[in-house]
Amino acid sequence: MPNLFKIKPSVGLLSLPYSLVFIFFFFIPLVLTFIISFWDYNEYSIIPDLILENYKYIFENCFSFENGMCVTFKTYLSTFMFCLLTWFFTLIIGFFVAYFLAFYVNSLTWQIALFLLCTIPFWTSNVIRMISWIPLLGRNGLVNDFFLSTGLTSAPQEWLLYSGFSVVLAFVHLYTLFMIVPIFNSMMRIDKSIIEAAYDSGANGFQILWNIIIPLCKPGIVIGSIFVITVVMGDFITIGIMGGQQIPSIGKIIYVEMSYLQLPAAAANAVILLLLTLLIIWIMTKMIDIRKEL
Amino acid sequence: MFSKKNNTYYICVFFFSLFVLFLYGPTFTIILLSFQGPDGGLTFPLNGISTYWFEELWRGGSVVDIGSAFKRSIILGIIVMILTVVLSVAAGLAFRKKFWGSNVLFFTTVASLIVPSIVLSLGVALQFRLIDDLTKWIGSSLEISWVNDSFQTSLGMYSSGLGAQLTWTLPFGLLIMFAVFNRFDKSYEEAARDLGATPWKTFKEIVLPLIAPSIIGIALFGFTLSYDELARSSQVMGSGNTLPLELRGLTTTVTTPIIYALGTVTTFVSFTVIAISVGFYLFLKRKKGI
Repeated sequence: MPNLFKIKPSVGLLSLPYSLVFIFFFFIPLVLTFIISFWDYNEYSIIPDLILENYKYIFENCFSFENGMCVTFKTYLSTFMFCLLTWFFTLIIGFFVAYFLAFYVNSLTWQIALFLLCTIPFWTSNVIRMISWIPLLGRNGLVNDFFLSTGLTSAPQEWLLYSGFSVVLAFVHLYTLFMIVPIFNSMMRIDKSIIEAAYDSGANGFQILWNIIIPLCKPGIVIGSIFVITVVMGDFITIGIMGGQQIPSIGKIIYVEMSYLQLPAAAANAVILLLLTLLIIWIMTKMIDIRKEL
Repeated sequence: MFSKKNNTYYICVFFFSLFVLFLYGPTFTIILLSFQGPDGGLTFPLNGISTYWFEELWRGGSVVDIGSAFKRSIILGIIVMILTVVLSVAAGLAFRKKFWGSNVLFFTTVASLIVPSIVLSLGVALQFRLIDDLTKWIGSSLEISWVNDSFQTSLGMYSSGLGAQLTWTLPFGLLIMFAVFNRFDKSYEEAARDLGATPWKTFKEIVLPLIAPSIIGIALFGFTLSYDELARSSQVMGSGNTLPLELRGLTTTVTTPIIYALGTVTTFVSFTVIAISVGFYLFLKRKKGI
């Protein structure tokens, strides 16, 4: 009789519990979202159907430009602007922080310590980190005090808080780490002798940065950019809190529709948001192979 | 090139210091402001120094039931932490060899990190709504009395909430495992196997001690990311809110430093967990001498 216990189970089976979580809480939910985006609904329930009304509603009046831009396009445009600004600032700041850590800090202990210093806030509450800007940027905040006492302005500045400015500031504050980590990782892989060779051949600091370091950091830059852009694309919390609940975003539309139980409408918006996000990622991953970078 | 004596070095140091100030400065201002006297407001100047707002918080003054939200967050955080460690270490071991579906699973992991949280939250909420409808339908058609009498919803902190948070914490766990095994020296476990150790024994005696410090890292991610998680759980926590969800609600309603006091408390919890983890990590590293 063959002993069943002698059949060697594949090590791959160890990934089964992990896979089950993603099947149940990732795949099925996303598939359901797609299906339900074609359903009908009333005030009480969602009704199985196959209609395009939810999508039509989103783009209502969007393709006749008589009355200016439709609400949907305005919202998308505003979200894209947040993406672009956040991406730009996190990239510049993240790159130079990583550059400092990778090339100017020589001892590994210090490198780890300073890297940890940048990472710790990531493990604390985002909401707290957002509201901690209130005492600085508010009408009676430190920045306005400074402006008034130095005579730079004659009245408190209102644009500092609950505005597009404070939203971008909070995004940069929260998510620069997403740039630092992958770019730092790329930089640590650069063979220092390449840089020395360039230096010995007479390249100046800027040439080394532009022709050697930046090209070799491309994978890190792309990964960081994907993280930052996707997180801003779907955001509704930061834009909500830092925008004083006044600034629209794609994520916020979904959130509001959900609170009114217009679930199929929310699902249709979610599908479009997801497709847009995937499109952006697809374009960016054309440039690198993520798996090699870990 | 990267000498410490030129100007670029000092510019970089200055820039980095500014960045650290930018990261930590705001948090420290609210910690400072949370120790104001009873007349304190949301901004400077400080109106006296006291622990009034912490006492107020402790009494639950004017704020929703923070105590139980806090407890719920801690418990959920610990559960997520344990599951994250166990599942991602197991999956990490599996990924050392190619297996059926390993590519799909890898891309799912990355996709889960970058899918907009609100989309995932909506998806899970829809799924549990359908499960509820199905359960009620089965209950009424088969006349199962407990379903008809007492079933409300399957949506809850330990079902949908837990699952939604895992889709956020597990990818970090697995990516850490990748980083570990990419730099892992296999000769130790090969030696153990040559000496006749079973796979389980090899794992327990050789691999586990070697990866122990990284497991602390995974645990840290698991707990802190769950403890502060907001976007993914926002639609799926059911009736009991976690602390970040309560906090978010408070940002629009509360206008006293009590919200800063709460911020100070949760930041303190996070810092404590981080400090314990780092200490533990260093201890394990030193013990093994690696």
